[in-house]
Amino acid sequence: MSETAILFKNVSRHFGDVKAVDNIQLEIMDGEFFSMLGPSGSGKTTCLRMIAGFERPTAGQIFLYGQDVSDLPPYARPVNTVFQDYALFPHMSIEDNIAYGLMIKGVAKTERLKKAAEMLDLVQLPNVGKRKPSQLSGGQRQRIALARALINRPKALLLDEPLGALDLKLRQQMQVELKNIQREVGITFVFVTHDQEEALTMSDRIAVFSAGKIEQIGSPADVYEHPATAFVAGFVGTSNLVTAEVAQRITGTPRRFSIRPEKIHLGKIDQPAPADSFTADGVVRDVVYLGLYTRYLVELDSGGDLVVVEQNLKTTSMDVTKIKHQKTRLAWKKEHVSYIGDGNA
Amino acid sequence: MLNKISAFFYRRPRLTLTLFLAPPLIWFLVVYIGSLITLLVNSFFYLDGFTGQVVRQFTMQTYAKLLQPTNLQIFQRTTIMAILVTLACVILAFPLSYYMARFASPRMKTWLYLAVTLPLWTSYVVRVYSWKLILAQEGIISWAARLVHLDGLLNWYLKNEIVGGPSLSVSPTGIFLVFVYIWLPYMIVPIQTALERVPKSLLEAAGDLGATPAQTFRTVLLPLTFPGVIAGSIFTFSLTLGDFIVPQLFGTSSFYIGKAVLTYQGTSNNIPLAAAFTMGPIVIMIVYLLIARKLGAFDAL
Repeated sequence: MSETAILFKNVSRHFGDVKAVDNIQLEIMDGEFFSMLGPSGSGKTTCLRMIAGFERPTAGQIFLYGQDVSDLPPYARPVNTVFQDYALFPHMSIEDNIAYGLMIKGVAKTERLKKAAEMLDLVQLPNVGKRKPSQLSGGQRQRIALARALINRPKALLLDEPLGALDLKLRQQMQVELKNIQREVGITFVFVTHDQEEALTMSDRIAVFSAGKIEQIGSPADVYEHPATAFVAGFVGTSNLVTAEVAQRITGTPRRFSIRPEKIHLGKIDQPAPADSFTADGVVRDVVYLGLYTRYLVELDSGGDLVVVEQNLKTTSMDVTKIKHQKTRLAWKKEHVSYIGDGNA
Repeated sequence: MLNKISAFFYRRPRLTLTLFLAPPLIWFLVVYIGSLITLLVNSFFYLDGFTGQVVRQFTMQTYAKLLQPTNLQIFQRTTIMAILVTLACVILAFPLSYYMARFASPRMKTWLYLAVTLPLWTSYVVRVYSWKLILAQEGIISWAARLVHLDGLLNWYLKNEIVGGPSLSVSPTGIFLVFVYIWLPYMIVPIQTALERVPKSLLEAAGDLGATPAQTFRTVLLPLTFPGVIAGSIFTFSLTLGDFIVPQLFGTSSFYIGKAVLTYQGTSNNIPLAAAFTMGPIVIMIVYLLIARKLGAFDAL
């Protein structure tokens, strides 16, 4: 049983009438890679800023390793932040940027520059210490921001959409590297992102935010395979949401459920239904060939549409377009269905 | 027709540029540099004490006169005043600018901007005269001091030769107060502009890395806004060096550079000495800018 790193007790943050964060409970464990995932304005960044101390909760308490930090200023908290815009000091060299935290602590110059050089090695950017931030690329600045935040040996590292400004290739590379660095330094990472793929790739656990509340907390597999709410089903990956009315005709019970497009098998209309599966007949209305896979839009006889995704293991673009307008029988395993509560939307 | 003209200039970008730049360049070279050169030349002539005529002959005797102890005292007095006024303006301008740049709502910011620059819309002389009333023997300050029984303290302060005089309205302190008042907008605007350009995340990052607000100010905010402070101080410093109205109205018998120039040029027609006097502030400003550069004020430019 590991220690609790960060604890939110009934935390709210209101800006005037806007409830940016609305009565949140949250427990992040020591050494965990924890992601806060949600669309912009869902309260995830505000939560992160409250951990750092840039915002104060309107109500509730925040604990860092058992200590109530709700009223502590940022400089007195044992956490450090990697900012979205990196926030490197433009008037200082790279090594002075990295050594800033040590300079504030009063560490001697030679000592702190030695530490800064070590950090530069950790982020695989030796030899840039004498340069100014403006002379580095976005990806490099990102690593410097990381090195600067880690030099103080924080108990937790807070990352505010740190990869948002990078291009896709670099982003994927940094995802792997961040994860490696986390393993190496072994501290808690709290990672804010609106990119569900990023959250799924890197996290030990994910909290999905919407409108100031947490919709679900769980492992990436949990959140993906068993979305607790319609919002999670829609936001994390793509998902088919089947209404209670249509569900009644397919499953026999009027319970809303979600099913992932890749779990559905697109079969011939005359194939028998497997025993452990649900089936639904329909007509293929649209076919989008995407190289690696093809996306089909199927209009169900029982009402509503389902999106189906199948890999092009044996099929070519010629084959898949022929399926358009044909009748089909869809089948998916019962265990792949996630039943969803009575919420709206 | 219009199309033809614009096509003509489109094909000749150099000609277009020349036409655009000619008026400001002529203005700058003839009026600005020209008048400065005239000043410089004049300062090497001298005034014949017997005839009262300017003798157009190269000589160093005007500069020799300029470097007499009484005149050097004028330079010293004016420079100290300019430094004090500049420091006071920085101290007053920074908090207000910081509030405007960081906390004020856009609406509030507009109002504050208006309030800061509003005094510049009215006549300088009117504003200076109004201070005469505030500082006068029977003015608001003396009245308020009597009301709270601090008039003894005020009188004791005014007896001090260096800062005092017959009343606040005739004392170096009076000059100082009025200078700070009239030049303050010139300090607020550049500092505010510099503060606006510092992203909030930089200040948060400093705090996040353990810096107290005071440390953040010293290591991040001040270095990044220093060019703005210097820009403002160039205004307050040089305007104080050259001003003659305020020392005239609020001064004791001691001269300041501006007043000296006015007296020599206007009253005694000693244009060479007046010209030599104006070389003083120019030299002081050059020294000032060199010091500013040494302190790194222009590194960010």
